[in-house]
Amino acid sequence: MTVVERREVALVDLLDRLLAGGVVITGDITLRIADVDLVRIDLNALISSVNEQVPSPWGESL
Amino acid sequence: MTGLRYVYAVCHPLGAPLQADLSGVAGDPPRLLTHRGLIAVVSHVPERDFAEEPLRRRLEDLDWLTETARAHQQVIDALTAVTTPLPLRLATVFRDDSGVRVMMEEREEDFRRVLERLAGRVEWGVKVYVEPEAQEPEAAVTKPASGRDYLMQRRRKAQAQDDTWQRAERFAGSLHETLSAHAEDSRLHPPQNSALSKASGQNVLNAAYLVPRADSEEFVEMVDRTKGEESGMRVELTGPWAAYSFVESAGEPGEGA
Repeated sequence: MTVVERREVALVDLLDRLLAGGVVITGDITLRIADVDLVRIDLNALISSVNEQVPSPWGESL
Repeated sequence: MTGLRYVYAVCHPLGAPLQADLSGVAGDPPRLLTHRGLIAVVSHVPERDFAEEPLRRRLEDLDWLTETARAHQQVIDALTAVTTPLPLRLATVFRDDSGVRVMMEEREEDFRRVLERLAGRVEWGVKVYVEPEAQEPEAAVTKPASGRDYLMQRRRKAQAQDDTWQRAERFAGSLHETLSAHAEDSRLHPPQNSALSKASGQNVLNAAYLVPRADSEEFVEMVDRTKGEESGMRVELTGPWAAYSFVESAGEPGEGA
């Protein structure tokens, strides 16, 4: 595939895949970031847009 | 062997070696852990960052998250060059090698089934944006001469905006239909928040398409042809990605998408 010039992938595109895609497996060190809302990620920039109605990305802790 | 085990992906045994200078998450070069004929690609990572409590804090630190996501993606990219990996979600961590082996044994059947379905396929991302100009169609409005003029101008402007959104919806819908017909599978992701993506314009389509490698050139050309087809709309292509958006059935029941 030579068609596409590879620019650096935007973080938001990367997180669409790495946080919303990929096989979800509960490791020994348990992570339930299954349904992380991206809005919750950029806490520094967007703290004001996160409100109580957004469920915790962690689910119940295991 | 100290530290925790960070797993990037599961795949079939590699036909060619991974590139040698790959550094991996936490700077630890990825290692191949073979179990019953499948490979887990693993890095050794320190407890101070990857044990449950520190990891939660770390994931909310955008700089750390960025660095980790990029390191993860580098390994997946390198794998994609030599095989079709089944990518795991970011930050899947086990205590030790035997924890990884137990997981592989539990999921073996699912892994094999999905690996077979994905073999030789890649994922392409396609996004459509409504350009900012298209959202503000009457930037140079003359000063209304009367209250009636003002109301008419407002009505025209609202009408023009409605038209733009309808046009965007039609364009995105028909593009998605065309591309889906040329892909084996497709997924719609939620549109991206422009505050996070820092991209200009409003994202109205954020889709992923599963395409055989052999058909990818044709697929990319098809996307390229739509660029500039509709004024005020911008089409962006990303990829090829490992098939992150097409792995649901390999996950745990009731989890994930």
